[in-house]
Amino acid sequence: MQDSKYNILIIGVGGQGVLLASEIISEVAILAGLDVKKSEVHGMSQRGGIVSSHVKIAKKVYSPTIEYGQADVIVAFEQAEGLRSLDWMKKDGVAIVSKTVLIPAIVTSTKAFNYPDDPIAQMKQVGDNVVSVEADKIAGELGNARLVNTILLGVLSTYAPYDIDLWLQAIKARVKERFVDINLKAFEHGRQINKAEMEA
Amino acid sequence: MKELLSGNEAVARGAFEADVRMAVAYPGTPSTEILETLAARYRSVYSQWSPNEKVAYEVGIGSSLGGARTLVTMKHVGVNVAADPFMTHSYTGVNAGFVLVSADDPEMHSSQNEQDNRFYARFAKVPMLEPSDSQESKDMLLVALEISEEFDTPVLLRMTTRISHSKGIVELSEPVKVEGEKFVKEPAKYVMVPGNARKRHIVVTERLEKFKEYTEKTPLNIIENNDSKIGIITGGISYQYAKEVMPDADYLKLGFSYPLPMKKIADFVNNHDRVIVVEELEPFYEDQIKVAGLKVEGKNFFGVRGELSPGRVAEGFKKAGVLKDINIAEIPATKDMFPRPPVLCPGCPHRGVFMGLKKLKVAVTGDIGCYTLGALPPLNALDSCICMGASIGNAIGMEKVEGYEKGIVAVIGDSTFIHSGITGLVEAVYNKSNVTIIILDNSATAMTGGQQHPATGFTLMGEKTNVVDIPALCKAIGVKNYRDVDPYDYDATLTAIKEETANPGPSVIRTNRPCVLMPKRIMDEPYVVDTDLCNGCSACFRISCPAIAASEETNKHGKPKAVIDTTQCTGCSLCAQICPVDAIVLESKLVAKEV
Repeated sequence: MQDSKYNILIIGVGGQGVLLASEIISEVAILAGLDVKKSEVHGMSQRGGIVSSHVKIAKKVYSPTIEYGQADVIVAFEQAEGLRSLDWMKKDGVAIVSKTVLIPAIVTSTKAFNYPDDPIAQMKQVGDNVVSVEADKIAGELGNARLVNTILLGVLSTYAPYDIDLWLQAIKARVKERFVDINLKAFEHGRQINKAEMEA
Repeated sequence: MKELLSGNEAVARGAFEADVRMAVAYPGTPSTEILETLAARYRSVYSQWSPNEKVAYEVGIGSSLGGARTLVTMKHVGVNVAADPFMTHSYTGVNAGFVLVSADDPEMHSSQNEQDNRFYARFAKVPMLEPSDSQESKDMLLVALEISEEFDTPVLLRMTTRISHSKGIVELSEPVKVEGEKFVKEPAKYVMVPGNARKRHIVVTERLEKFKEYTEKTPLNIIENNDSKIGIITGGISYQYAKEVMPDADYLKLGFSYPLPMKKIADFVNNHDRVIVVEELEPFYEDQIKVAGLKVEGKNFFGVRGELSPGRVAEGFKKAGVLKDINIAEIPATKDMFPRPPVLCPGCPHRGVFMGLKKLKVAVTGDIGCYTLGALPPLNALDSCICMGASIGNAIGMEKVEGYEKGIVAVIGDSTFIHSGITGLVEAVYNKSNVTIIILDNSATAMTGGQQHPATGFTLMGEKTNVVDIPALCKAIGVKNYRDVDPYDYDATLTAIKEETANPGPSVIRTNRPCVLMPKRIMDEPYVVDTDLCNGCSACFRISCPAIAASEETNKHGKPKAVIDTTQCTGCSLCAQICPVDAIVLESKLVAKEV
């Protein structure tokens, strides 16, 4: 890891928990003693629009936004958004993508647009390290659909160069107290998913 | 102590540390979180929402005169509304420190234009500070308050969306105590009749001369020397982008950016082979520097539209021939991919109104709020959007010249109506207009996140207060045709619009359902699609509800039937009301049928 630079792009749809995920990652960076900036645009996005959060970690961070081709990891909460965000990924970067599919009304009700065929397969044609995760299913089994973000963070933690203790501390610091235990459980689930299982 | 704060949160923290005693605003993206943070975390700072930015600014003038350090915040277009008091406030000056935060929105993430409010500093002859990250947002607010008091002037703190909404690590300090002096009568300073104002304009221009000295010495305007032949003059977020792609150039970073430090700039230009100005939006620095006879380049490489980014700045440097190896991928061509525009929420009370307006094919003059989303496909039911309050005036003008045959309707939200729709309604009655005005009253300033306003019954800090009585207000103005309608009752809504557009004289229809998200998320029993009955006609798709999706089941023509996501459906029932084959039923009914 050169100069401790690590760029993570998190992308999803309004209401999926993208912002909490980026808060937790930023907390991990602070605990690791690094500089961090994160950037997202909110406002209109909470009405079902795209929410993307850029997290930049380094000894010293200037721009709060990640440039195209500069993300070490992409964490996508929705398949088509994963495909859309590939322009940001480094050539040897990792894409972690939830198998969630959210089709907007503009696609179902107008003939002008189509939802792409099997976005994850298309992503795999472009990137070598595309990891798909049944995050909705796991969250459902754990009993709370809102756990998708911590499951994806669990997967991310196996790639990102930070100690597991820092992740656990960050989750405890950023998640409401009564949800900490279930989130730690979801995080652990994410960590335990090995690639073979993800492909299944 | 350190904390990860957005630029907006950092300004709020700064207000707390600097003993600001009055923070006042009207919500507007990207500025809203400054006051929300104060009300949530720093309750020793009294904060309040005003009905609009002009009133907020005027309240701020009063509190500053009364001896309290004052913060007034708004989005860029809000400053247009507050421009009247702002321009003359420059003449009177302040008592306690007064800072106006203008949060501009390059790229128009959530705005109707991307005007560059740095020009307002020059226009009003007041000093301007431009932070480039969260730490500076806090630090510069403190400096701005001190400058305001030392030089007797309001100060403009100019932020942008990327500064306001990006988070960075901020070093916190302990709050200080500032003793302000209460109001002392001084009519020559505060009563801006022509005789006094002429004298005050002299004070203003002399003050500007003092700032021309100050700006040369302040550490906010700093040279970073890397022994390069290339010099870069920049400020705000552009500084971060330029540093990211050309860390080894020399920099003149402008934190105090009006008036510009012209001597420092001249030295910087003379000490370098080439000097490039990097700034977002208009050539505000560049034009002033060129007028001073100095040779710089800039806008020919970067353009005047939209947000900059490290990629755009790198491309500009490449065009200028000062950067060869770009470690950044080319900006990709637009992918052939569906857009994901923001949409009205499932159960949004505005939906039924737009379904009716679309059906009746009337001209709909729109306004600023969630309901502007009614313009997007598949609703396509809104025909204009200019600024806060414009819907009513637009409708009156169009109707006066008989500019549209099928009826003219203005739609305006409750918060926007109070902000600047009331005067429009007075105009409609006074000038005998035949327009219909629909007040989409959802009891919230919804688009910015559900803030309180004078018709919700609560203040920003959570106190109970009076509720503006909209029906009584309309009556007092002289509206004869007034009615409330339940926007979840599609037939009633349609009938109301039909009848009121036919009625002579101005009419007001008010919808009476609260925002589905505020103050509490509304979730009643969901509806589901009985796929045995659904014939795939797609009528429900066209009401643009995010809870309704295409099913994998198809009709005999291969068209998809509908399916409802019961976790999103709020039970508003609009889709069930327009389903021609009654295939949309309450979940419990379908369950009962299957049992």
